[in-house]
Amino acid sequence: MSNSFTKSDFPVFDAYKSLVYLDNSATQQKPAAVLERVEKYYREENANPLRGLYDLSVKATETYENAREAVRRFLGAESTKEIVFTRNATESLNLIAYSWGRANIKAGDEILVAISEHHSDLLPWQILTKETGAELKYLECDETGRYTADSLKAALTDRTKLFCIAQISNVFGRLNPIKVFADICHANGTLIVCDGAQSVPHTAVDVKSLGVDFLVFSGHKMLAPMGIGGLYGRKELLEKMPPFLYGGEMIDTVTRCGATYAELPHKFEAGTVNAGGAAGLHAAIDYITELGFDEIERRENELTALAFSEMKKIPHVNIIGADDADDHHGILTFTVDGVHPHDIAAIFDAENIAIRAGHHCAQPLHQFLQTPSTARMSLAFYNDEEDIQRFIGVLRTLRRKMGYDG
Amino acid sequence: MTDNFYGEVLTDHNLHPLHKHDLPTATCCHEGINSTCGDDIVLNLEIKDGIIVNGSFTGSGCAISQASADIMLELVIGRTPEEARHYKELFFKMIGGEITEDELEELEEAGALQNVAKMPARVKCALLGWRTMETLLDGEGGAQ
Ligand SMILES: Cc1ncc(COP(=O)(O)O)c(C=O)c1O
Repeated sequence: MSNSFTKSDFPVFDAYKSLVYLDNSATQQKPAAVLERVEKYYREENANPLRGLYDLSVKATETYENAREAVRRFLGAESTKEIVFTRNATESLNLIAYSWGRANIKAGDEILVAISEHHSDLLPWQILTKETGAELKYLECDETGRYTADSLKAALTDRTKLFCIAQISNVFGRLNPIKVFADICHANGTLIVCDGAQSVPHTAVDVKSLGVDFLVFSGHKMLAPMGIGGLYGRKELLEKMPPFLYGGEMIDTVTRCGATYAELPHKFEAGTVNAGGAAGLHAAIDYITELGFDEIERRENELTALAFSEMKKIPHVNIIGADDADDHHGILTFTVDGVHPHDIAAIFDAENIAIRAGHHCAQPLHQFLQTPSTARMSLAFYNDEEDIQRFIGVLRTLRRKMGYDG
Repeated sequence: MTDNFYGEVLTDHNLHPLHKHDLPTATCCHEGINSTCGDDIVLNLEIKDGIIVNGSFTGSGCAISQASADIMLELVIGRTPEEARHYKELFFKMIGGEITEDELEELEEAGALQNVAKMPARVKCALLGWRTMETLLDGEGGAQ
């Protein structure tokens, strides 16, 4: 079966015919190629990888390690030692905070976090700084979500050990100049963590040219199954870091009173791994690579521009963030005057249109923007013009449905 | 088909609430929060000689939470705390989808929220005001 790179590749749209799915930033739908690959793994290749000395286990190990190589190539890392499989971006960030953080952060140090970060890229640092007596500082953006090089330079001090920022914010959709920020950080002796949860699915990411020290992502936001994600870390850093979780698979030898740990990246992958998920992630990367980011971005930018310009025409609809569709990367967060975001989402739901409402796991940002909650539509390359037209059609009638005159 | 998504009763109570204001004469008050949605209301009751003589709410939230609180106050003002509890029982039954026709009649305008039973994501919003009243009557308000 060959891919068409449209909705027809995605079985969920067969099962749910009238669905307009515009919650892609939360999780993406899965193409048949990915589902079939996972099934094939469990039908034909399943054994506990890295353990058994028999043929099937060797096969499972191969599947798992091939997926790691696919991720390495996809992200432009130098070595598969730099690619650690985790459950998702959240676990990857916790790994950095627990392992690197507890070995390197001490009282008096500072960690700088962008104010628009997802709670997953905030809470691990909040806890780490509380436990170590370090200080957590926030880098603020302007109301369009822009962070400038100057504000970053001004916020860094000689005690700033780490700067954490998403490449694309899940609220603003703005692409941050990570390369510029990485250079500024490194000139200051500061490491940079890049949250790629929203960028890796939508734009070509190359960790070497970005110059980041760590980058995290979630497979489920890029066509792959839930429960598989990853961490890129520079080898010199990972090598010096203690393990994150302890147990089987991550050791060389264990005696009654101690253990030596396995080599990278296995040191960070305690317990039985998610080989089926990794196989699915590999298939997702193949699918994305075959379609190509030029085409993905062309389609997503076109749909974003259409939605943006139509939304701008509707009175009482306010888009959060930049006034230029090109700065939204498929993410349009908005409010409607006088209508609570949960009512907005309910009205869309009644028309089988899935959007998100709430604080999008970015409460400090919403406090900063002084809006307790917002609604968000987020698209992917498999959405089409009709999806956008249906979304706009409902948005136009929304205030009337809530009893307003217009 | 009506253009009012939730029906006129609900949108009316949301846009033009009768009981959304401060209540300087209140004898007890309690804050109720739905942390997932950010709905946040303060319920005020004035209880005199075993009668809820007045009540109000302030705060913010979605249409369902706001209208539900307003309709609830419309029902319980002028009643005893015991009667208020009885309405609360009926309302919970309705949202749980187990109410009889007669009981529904008793709930008057609150019956407009019956459809919430079919919207699992919104049940908490509809119950917020009622839960807050229950806590208030079980605690501070119960002694009055
Ligand atoms: C920017 C960003 N970071 C992190 C996450 C957390 O992803 P996960 O829940 O897959 O760990 C998300 C997902 O909502 C996100 O949008």
